[in-house]
Amino acid sequence: MVEFFQHIVNGLSLGSTYALIALGYTMVFGVLQLINFAHGDVFMLGAFIGMYTAYALALHTSPSLAALMITLLAAMAGCAIIGFLIERFAYRPLRNAPRINVLITAVGVSLFLEFSGQIIFGADPKFFPQVYQPQGDWMIAGVRLNPLQVINFTISVTLMLVLQFVVFKTRLGRALRAVSFNHELASLMGIPTNRIISLTFVLGSILAGAAGVLVALSYPKIDPLMGIMPGIKAFAAAVLGGIGNITGAVIGSFILGLAEQLIVAYGAPTYRDALAFVILILILLVKPAGIMGVHRAEKV
Amino acid sequence: MPRSFPIIWIAAFLVVIGVELFIIDNLDPYVVAIIIYAGINIILASSLNLINGFAGQFSMGHAGFMAVGAYSGAVVTMAFRDNYPAIFNEPALQPFVFIAAIFAGGLCSAAAGVIVGLPTLRLRGDYLAVVTLGFGEIIRVILLNLESVGGARGLTNIPGITSFFWVYGFVLICLFVITRLVDSPLGRSFLSVREDEIAAEAVGVNTTRSKVTAFALGAFFAGMAGALFAHYLRVLSPAIFDIQKSFEIIIMVVLGGMGSISGSVVAAVFLTIIREALRPLQQITGTDYRMVIYSLVLIVLMLTRPRGLFGTKEITDYLPERWKARFGVRRVSPKES
Repeated sequence: MVEFFQHIVNGLSLGSTYALIALGYTMVFGVLQLINFAHGDVFMLGAFIGMYTAYALALHTSPSLAALMITLLAAMAGCAIIGFLIERFAYRPLRNAPRINVLITAVGVSLFLEFSGQIIFGADPKFFPQVYQPQGDWMIAGVRLNPLQVINFTISVTLMLVLQFVVFKTRLGRALRAVSFNHELASLMGIPTNRIISLTFVLGSILAGAAGVLVALSYPKIDPLMGIMPGIKAFAAAVLGGIGNITGAVIGSFILGLAEQLIVAYGAPTYRDALAFVILILILLVKPAGIMGVHRAEKV
Repeated sequence: MPRSFPIIWIAAFLVVIGVELFIIDNLDPYVVAIIIYAGINIILASSLNLINGFAGQFSMGHAGFMAVGAYSGAVVTMAFRDNYPAIFNEPALQPFVFIAAIFAGGLCSAAAGVIVGLPTLRLRGDYLAVVTLGFGEIIRVILLNLESVGGARGLTNIPGITSFFWVYGFVLICLFVITRLVDSPLGRSFLSVREDEIAAEAVGVNTTRSKVTAFALGAFFAGMAGALFAHYLRVLSPAIFDIQKSFEIIIMVVLGGMGSISGSVVAAVFLTIIREALRPLQQITGTDYRMVIYSLVLIVLMLTRPRGLFGTKEITDYLPERWKARFGVRRVSPKES
């Protein structure tokens, strides 16, 4: 039983990182109906920006919570800029193009980030510096809690709450929801749609950047292709929760995180990577709107 | 039916035989390898074009279909070699075994195509793209876990039967079937589904049947290409058929023009050669620029010329009018949208 709870804890920790990535997918899909394939690679860039910042400021020589925060903020800021640039130069010129063209561009941007990453950073895995090294594990009723997992989880949940606040309680968030409801009507109401779409990418990329650092902290081997799988899995999680829905993305991510952890523990670990796809396909076939989504019929 | 059986296909077939008999042995083996890979890529690109370009169902799992065909084709020939060595080693009979293996690869892959095609009844656009991507990955993970075909170590010691003649014979069959198909009522129904699914349904096109047929046929030829590939490379591993392989085929289709068979052929040949031309650069710098260039091509293409090199036109559309009749060109170019 203790072992089971241990898996639950690990699953929640995994789910919280998926959630950070999934939020970016779901927000972009909400406003543009576009799967931003490059999102997983923004996550990868977050890890690399964090690594270079840590080395540049020699943060790994004095591991502390403050060092972690600086790394995290640097990655978030860097990813915000990258997210903005991707939207501005790759997606905005195609705003009125057929969706398939935008989809192909998204695939192109994703491949470009991955493979130019291989050229710039090198294809071999890099070691992420230990900017924060907590001592010892916490034991609660026999369940081992790694402080890293706790910090991971706390930061993730905090960021999600901040996002929730921004989207539902601020003027910007209201504009964002208006744009996601209807571009043209929103712009008629005086909302600068392009700026709001940029903002959506920036917000999503910030979260992905944070996820990059947090994952790299727990799994310190980072490489330019590390974003592919988490990216696709987070997308699956977003669809599971109901794409376009922020709460749904979080719920879907936790379900996926737990399911993966449990299949590794009790089922077939080698099938772990297929699980997300199986869930994705089943959800799309059975209930395409996901858990929290509202199905919108396609009109002529 | 055509007014006269187009002489050009027979001529092309004779050229293939001629090259096989008189030219291919005098060429550098490296050049032959490039020519053979180009042929396999032509089949892959034109079959994916059937799904993505003509039927308008954006599939991203073509490497998965190729993998199914490659593994099942290889298993068939290896089973023959191990169980009926007398038949297999008889030079007169071996080609029939090989043809059977390639068709087995195609059929297994077509079955996978139907399975993937069925979700298209409910999905479109981006969702479909991700689901096909997922299917491709699932196939790869399953192969990785199937110990009977070598698992992660891969399948080795496949008989190397594929030659120039086989590859280009099947290239011709594939191109013949696809060009004919596109001009047939079924092919026209693919186009109508691409242009406007709801309108197509309203005028009585069985859109479900069209989409699933497109998937099955596209997968069938991809499976054949996979089987040819398996008997050329002689080793298979699931890692060959990853997402990157699917993207490579997509890039060929997009570059050539979604909905243009000649575009796919030109792009497949061009990209195969480019890949080899970039190899020296890769050796000097120690890094693989190929995918970076591919991805930039993809982005720039979408921003500047989203319909690819040929759009939906065919090479025959550029011929002078009086030639068209001679080559039996009856093709009505679909609406340029």
